[in-house]
Amino acid sequence: MAERLLDVTGLTTTFRTGKKTSVTAVNNVTFSLDRGEILGLVGESGCGKSVTSLSIMGLFEDTAGKVASGSIVFDGEDLTKLTTKQMRSIRGKRISMIFQNPMSSLNSCMRVEAQLIEAIRLHNDVSKSEARQRASKMLSAVGIPDPEQTLRSYPHQLSGGMSQRVMIAMALCCEPEMMIADEPTTALDVTIQAQILELMKDIRSRNNTSILLITHDLGVVAEMCSRALVMYAGRIVEEASVEELFASPIHPYTVGLIASVPKLGSGVTSLPSIPGSVPDLSAMPQGCKFAPRCKYAQAVCRQTEPELAPVPGGNGRKCRCHLFGKEEGKEAQA
Amino acid sequence: MLRYAVKRILSAIPLLLVISLLIFMFIHLIPGDPARIIAGKEATSYEIENVREQLGLNEPLLKQYGIYMAGLLTLDLGNSIRNGATVFDTIAPRFVPTIQLTLLAMLWATLLGTLLGIMAAVRRGKTLDYVSMIIAISGISAPSFWLGLMLIQLFCVKLGWLPVSGLTTWKSYILPSFTMGCGVMAIIARFTRSSMLENLKEDYIRTARAKGLGEFFVILRHAYKNSLIQVVTVTGLQIGGLLTGSVMAETVFSINGLGRLLVDSIGFRDYKVVQALLLFFSLEYIVINLIVDLLYGVLDPKVRYD
Ligand SMILES: Nc1ncnc2c1ncn2[C@@H]1O[C@H](COP(=O)(O)OP(=O)(O)OP(=O)(O)O)[C@@H](O)[C@H]1O
Ligand SMILES: [Mg+2]
Repeated sequence: MAERLLDVTGLTTTFRTGKKTSVTAVNNVTFSLDRGEILGLVGESGCGKSVTSLSIMGLFEDTAGKVASGSIVFDGEDLTKLTTKQMRSIRGKRISMIFQNPMSSLNSCMRVEAQLIEAIRLHNDVSKSEARQRASKMLSAVGIPDPEQTLRSYPHQLSGGMSQRVMIAMALCCEPEMMIADEPTTALDVTIQAQILELMKDIRSRNNTSILLITHDLGVVAEMCSRALVMYAGRIVEEASVEELFASPIHPYTVGLIASVPKLGSGVTSLPSIPGSVPDLSAMPQGCKFAPRCKYAQAVCRQTEPELAPVPGGNGRKCRCHLFGKEEGKEAQA
Repeated sequence: MLRYAVKRILSAIPLLLVISLLIFMFIHLIPGDPARIIAGKEATSYEIENVREQLGLNEPLLKQYGIYMAGLLTLDLGNSIRNGATVFDTIAPRFVPTIQLTLLAMLWATLLGTLLGIMAAVRRGKTLDYVSMIIAISGISAPSFWLGLMLIQLFCVKLGWLPVSGLTTWKSYILPSFTMGCGVMAIIARFTRSSMLENLKEDYIRTARAKGLGEFFVILRHAYKNSLIQVVTVTGLQIGGLLTGSVMAETVFSINGLGRLLVDSIGFRDYKVVQALLLFFSLEYIVINLIVDLLYGVLDPKVRYD
């Protein structure tokens, strides 16, 4: 039995938009992550994936966002209750993060070594030269062929793939228990993408690091994760093991997502897409948020929002739908 | 780096030539007879002829230019009409007070401007932001001669804390350098603020925070360092503005610096001295620009010297 590392319960994150108005970007999100697990979080652009990860890290400086309710229990400690200072000692040390755009995520005015040494010395009482040695070791561990040269480089002298490796080295340099990867490969070309994903798998198996992998690429989820959450309009609409999710998606949104991924050799020339677009945060429909785009939608769907409920006989599987997943074996077809 | 510096210095030479040509021309571009204008309204024709002789205005234009350029190259800038001393001897003693005041003004304007700019950016939309920007806007809008007079009225006449004129004790440096630096301080504050705000939105700031770095270091070590690139450009250009500032401040506070010398020399139509001062100010401007360009390379690793 795997050990639980993170328990997010009823997480709701809002952004103030005016004096009295605010939008809810993440609504009542509940999930958990075990040690050594790679959990996928998928959904269309703007559905709240990044905001979920920023909520875990408490990274709301400079924005009008805050965790409005819910708890984020990390290794027995509720992160939402910690002071800024306590939170800082967790960021980068126990939970670290890598981002979508590695080039702009590194400080272009600082050499790679300065940025790595800064990260190491923040959480470890070591001398500069010790930190530098460690930085060099980290760089070779993430597959950078010439660590010394890379250490002396400025970010603009590195390729995208190299930058992301540096970011990963920086995220790993304090041996965190958990890493959040927010679309780590979206900005990279395909071969580099595969290498970075391979590297993350490696890290997981070497250090038993838990990874929350945020992506909108279902292929990445299939490749990397054991379990996945599907998010829509700030809510989790389906949670399932990856095999089940691809074999028998329940929620009409998941069905649409999977149907829109091209399959090799399927002979399909035009891919089905989900009609309509993500509802605006400030003008959410009543009832199920997906109802306006759902071909099965009925009166009940437009009136009340369904709960994220366990699917009968689904072994931890959950779905947020009035119509499907209520009885065993009933699932929407594309 | 060194090669770039040399190249940059060499490329300033044509610019200097153009400037020197313009300065040479300016006396000939004055409508009417320059000798008559320089000699003054009540001058006799004998006096005018005398001036013409002295300035070499009887020579053909090309020869005049030749003499002028030869003078420049040998640093022989001729003699002051006012007192007959060489231009060099007239300017040299005025040099120190102006440089002192300029550096002082620059120093406080940079320090305070930066501080206000950073605070305003960090407290965006809050009281501190508004207060800083009100100070900055007042600094830009207040004409320096007016500001100087108001300061004299308050601190010298009413309160009697500071001397009115001259540069005798350290106290006498306060008001002139304050007057000179105000505009620059304000501009630095505004640019620091806007470029800080831009940088604080960048991805690398989020990375720095995600490392667990405290806000203080996020702001200084990351955001501010990146803003500096933009701020330095503006600051460099503003030092040029300080030169005009020195004319005002030295006049208001009766300081025997270069700025006041320029005003006086124009009044006396001491045209050799005016020429030399204009050249000097242009040179100073070019040198500052050069320094800014070189600093750029130090601050921004993306700048390549070729
Ligand atoms: N700083 C902010 N202020 C106001 N609203 C915000 C802010 N950050 C995010 N949001 C809103 O929260 C919603 C979710 O955004 P989020 O960045 O989490 O989407 P995402 O799922 O990560 O999308 P993508 O795939 O494009 O990265 C968006 O609708 C966005 O408008
Ligand atoms: Mg995102």
